[in-house]
Amino acid sequence: MKALWLKAIISHSWLTLILVLSFVIVSVIGAKNLYFRGDYKVFFERDNPQLVAFEKMQKIFSNNDNAAIIIAPKSGDIFNQKSLKLIKQLTDEAWQTPLSSRVDSITNYQHTWAEEDDLIVEDLLLDETSIDEQLIDRIARITISEPNLVKRLISDQGDVAVINITVQLPDASIPENAATAAQAVVEIADYIVALTDSYKEKYPDHNFYHTGVVYMNNAFITESKNDVMTLVPAMFLAIVAILWLMLRSIAATISTVLIIFTAIISTMGLAGWFGFFLSTATVNVPTVVMTLAVADCVHVISTMLLALSQGKSKSEAIGYSVEQNLTPIFITSATTAIGFLTLNFSNVPVIVDLGNLTALGIMIAFLFSVTLLPALLNLLPLKVKINNSNNKTKLNGIAYWVTRNHKKLLPTSVIIVIASLYFSTFNHINDVPTEYFDQSTDFRQATDFQQANVSGMSTIDFALYTEVESGINSPSTLKQIQSFATWLSAQSEVDHVATISDTFKRLNKNMHGDDQAYYQLPDSQELAAQYLLLYEMSLPYGLDLNNQLDIDKSATRITVILKNLGSKEFTEFEQRAKQWISANAPNITVDAASPALMFAHVGEKNMKSMLVGALVALIIISCLLVFALKSWKMGAISLLPNLIPAAIGFGIWAIYSAEINMGLSVVLSMTLGIIVDDTVHFLSKYQLAKKLGSSTEQSIHYAFNNVGYALWTTTVVLTIGFSVLAMSSFRLNADMGLLTAIIIVTALIVDFFFLPAFLMLLDKSKNKTQLEINRA
Amino acid sequence: MKRASIAISQVLLALLMISNSAYGQTPEQKGLEIATERKARDIGWQDSYADASMILRNAQQQETIRKIRIKSLEINNDGDKSLTIFDRPRDVKGTAFLSFSHATTPDEQWIYLPALKRVKRISSRNKSGPFMGSEFAFEDLSSFEVEKYTYRYLRDEKVNGVDCFVIESDPVDKYSGYTRQVNWIDKAHYRAQKVDFYDRKNALLKTLTLLNYQLYLDQYWRPLKMVMVNHQTGKSTDFVTHNLSFKTGLTEKDFNKATLKRAK
Repeated sequence: MKALWLKAIISHSWLTLILVLSFVIVSVIGAKNLYFRGDYKVFFERDNPQLVAFEKMQKIFSNNDNAAIIIAPKSGDIFNQKSLKLIKQLTDEAWQTPLSSRVDSITNYQHTWAEEDDLIVEDLLLDETSIDEQLIDRIARITISEPNLVKRLISDQGDVAVINITVQLPDASIPENAATAAQAVVEIADYIVALTDSYKEKYPDHNFYHTGVVYMNNAFITESKNDVMTLVPAMFLAIVAILWLMLRSIAATISTVLIIFTAIISTMGLAGWFGFFLSTATVNVPTVVMTLAVADCVHVISTMLLALSQGKSKSEAIGYSVEQNLTPIFITSATTAIGFLTLNFSNVPVIVDLGNLTALGIMIAFLFSVTLLPALLNLLPLKVKINNSNNKTKLNGIAYWVTRNHKKLLPTSVIIVIASLYFSTFNHINDVPTEYFDQSTDFRQATDFQQANVSGMSTIDFALYTEVESGINSPSTLKQIQSFATWLSAQSEVDHVATISDTFKRLNKNMHGDDQAYYQLPDSQELAAQYLLLYEMSLPYGLDLNNQLDIDKSATRITVILKNLGSKEFTEFEQRAKQWISANAPNITVDAASPALMFAHVGEKNMKSMLVGALVALIIISCLLVFALKSWKMGAISLLPNLIPAAIGFGIWAIYSAEINMGLSVVLSMTLGIIVDDTVHFLSKYQLAKKLGSSTEQSIHYAFNNVGYALWTTTVVLTIGFSVLAMSSFRLNADMGLLTAIIIVTALIVDFFFLPAFLMLLDKSKNKTQLEINRA
Repeated sequence: MKRASIAISQVLLALLMISNSAYGQTPEQKGLEIATERKARDIGWQDSYADASMILRNAQQQETIRKIRIKSLEINNDGDKSLTIFDRPRDVKGTAFLSFSHATTPDEQWIYLPALKRVKRISSRNKSGPFMGSEFAFEDLSSFEVEKYTYRYLRDEKVNGVDCFVIESDPVDKYSGYTRQVNWIDKAHYRAQKVDFYDRKNALLKTLTLLNYQLYLDQYWRPLKMVMVNHQTGKSTDFVTHNLSFKTGLTEKDFNKATLKRAK
């Protein structure tokens, strides 16, 4: 069967070529269905409880997705004619932002005060042409004492101001909308940057930064683009260089590049047919597939070149190579694919997509490397000059050294593993979206500046539902809201609390001739309701209370700005707040939601799911190994070298960063599928030697000789591939790439140094029989 | 006297129309002409009294109801006066809102709050703001006056099978929340059938659909249902008139800041 198929490929190479290429073309047509989603919601399942709560809140109150402009005068003071004029003009112009529905700043803050018997509701700075010392003092006095503004729209030092633009983004989760949504984000982001650029010219003594959900989404889009524009070409060049260095054959290099290229475009095309979309996670599928596909080709080609150098004819050499490699390549591809398939355990849809698409890509690459590759090699002219005996000598050196020193190596390994396990307990889960971008990105610089000067960027919205019409106006409920807000403000995590209870207090004061003694909640439902009505009726377009109150005043939304903390702190804070409500306001139902909270929850949940996923991967892959090595004992022995690299990797990680984000949660099952290849190759050669009657020591030397170099080269390729990924300025990708690279290198070290020592210890029985045979 | 002047202006307008159609009108002239005719057909109703509900809906499709009574008084050659008394929600029951709309000067507005027993003036700069938290802005509810906008005829078009003129009207007041409105005015009776509102960045914000037109006093058409949909937020408000009667004997005395407290 196998022989027949091989013969067909070699004797009908053109036909094979045409058949495979037609498959590629049909697949690639599917790419027309691909679209890109740049919104942060791609990280959440549709029924994610935090996402559901968030979207419900957005619908009941108003949508509060935002873009923020941070304005920092170099003078270090906002309260001067120039800066105030700038803020006023920029605020007015910001209303022109595409899809904007509201603009808030200190200048259009709806300041209220009493004038005779009237309530005046007016922009704090109504006319920028009449700014004098007196007005500047008034504005400074009011802003710095207004809880609604300080640490939200102005820093407590008065040196930095914020203009907050609320935008109505199209829902990107509807496929027809996705392109428009991504486009809208870019359009809004570009519009505001262009706007502030024009102000930078007019006001060169001011710095501008951009943050908010729009810029976060924009950063996801920009970084994905950068990954595609820089990492993919970098990876491609690296691979061509490696191939040339290892194979020293133009034809072989071209064939491999063609296999990789067709495998990638087929994968992406099929992704389109299957209805996948592209995202920050899945744009790196080509890089990962490229990395993994190289190994298959290298095995086929190097065996073929070896056969050629031994004097076989070209078609014989190709046939021999494919026959020799078919099973090992299949097993290693399958284990790698299984590792990626267990990403289906993830709670993050784009990680599931990454897993499935990469698994698909790996299997396509396998298929192509045993069909298209031999056909191509057969058709292209080949020159042979291969000599890697030099490397083999070096590897032999290692082999002898290892077998001589195995008694020292084993305890050393044990100590390293225990130390790594100990260190890895210092790792902690942390998923904070702003930290997904490294310090080189504009977005991260802006959020860092915001944190240092105004407040954190992460918010949590608390919706308090009374389920009673006008329930919020009841004095007892208002007191509860006020106490809750006071409690929130007192928490160490909190920078700012925006609550309707402050508005009620201010109105009560205004209604009593601005007497500070009346800065307290109104004492009757009617009074509260009518204050609110009067205030609401006085607010201009866009600056209504819909963002804080629902339509029947039965619910209110309190927005808390938190310091930029870890995800664990966010969820703990949320828990405490909810407990406060159930203890102190049991009549109120509370919901908490925000993008930061979504990431915090999904990070933890995903880690748990991925541990299960890794366990499943371990079980399936180990079973496959037992089957492949046809030995329970070898399957069991393989467990250790398969697990130790991850243990050491995570130990190193704890020393390097100790933060585990979504990207890293997948590394365990992913690397398992990859590093198992080393073990399979090493143990199968060892086993072969053993069967032929060699001693454990000799069998180890045999394994080193036969697969040592191949393992070394694939490790180099994989390490380079994942290191390229590590250069991404998007940390989910970069961290994943880096830790994967660390684990892959560790795996090779483990297979070269620990595994032989371990075999020497475990396989003693046979050694004895071997010795007895020798003596006899 | 006033009647006579209106009659004369109508005759003049008619002459203008004839002369223009002979020489070809600019879209601005035709737009103004339609708006003028629309206003002309709605003159002389004197006063009205209405029971109404506003049904507010958010993007989550939750609903809440506001109940009001509206007394209106026609003022010749200027905007009308109106008094709105709130009945629901219960905690604002008895609140009364008095509005004098003006053709060329800012509207004047006062509100009486029973819990405070005080009358408060409301600044006219808020005309773009929402009325009672609904999707209707103050300016959407104040009386139609020709002078409030400049006009441009766009085209003819059918809305729900009704032949309409489509005219654009740009608000004159800088405090308006809109850059422009597009009105569908039916050719038969010069009634607004549909209005699109464009926000300050000239993006479509809201659409008003006017339904269930009824004829009163054999001359005046009033929509008993107005549906305002906000395209940007997904919120909407239905303004439903339940009872409407004309010439109920209201006078200027009923629309007085001083007597606002006694409004019932």
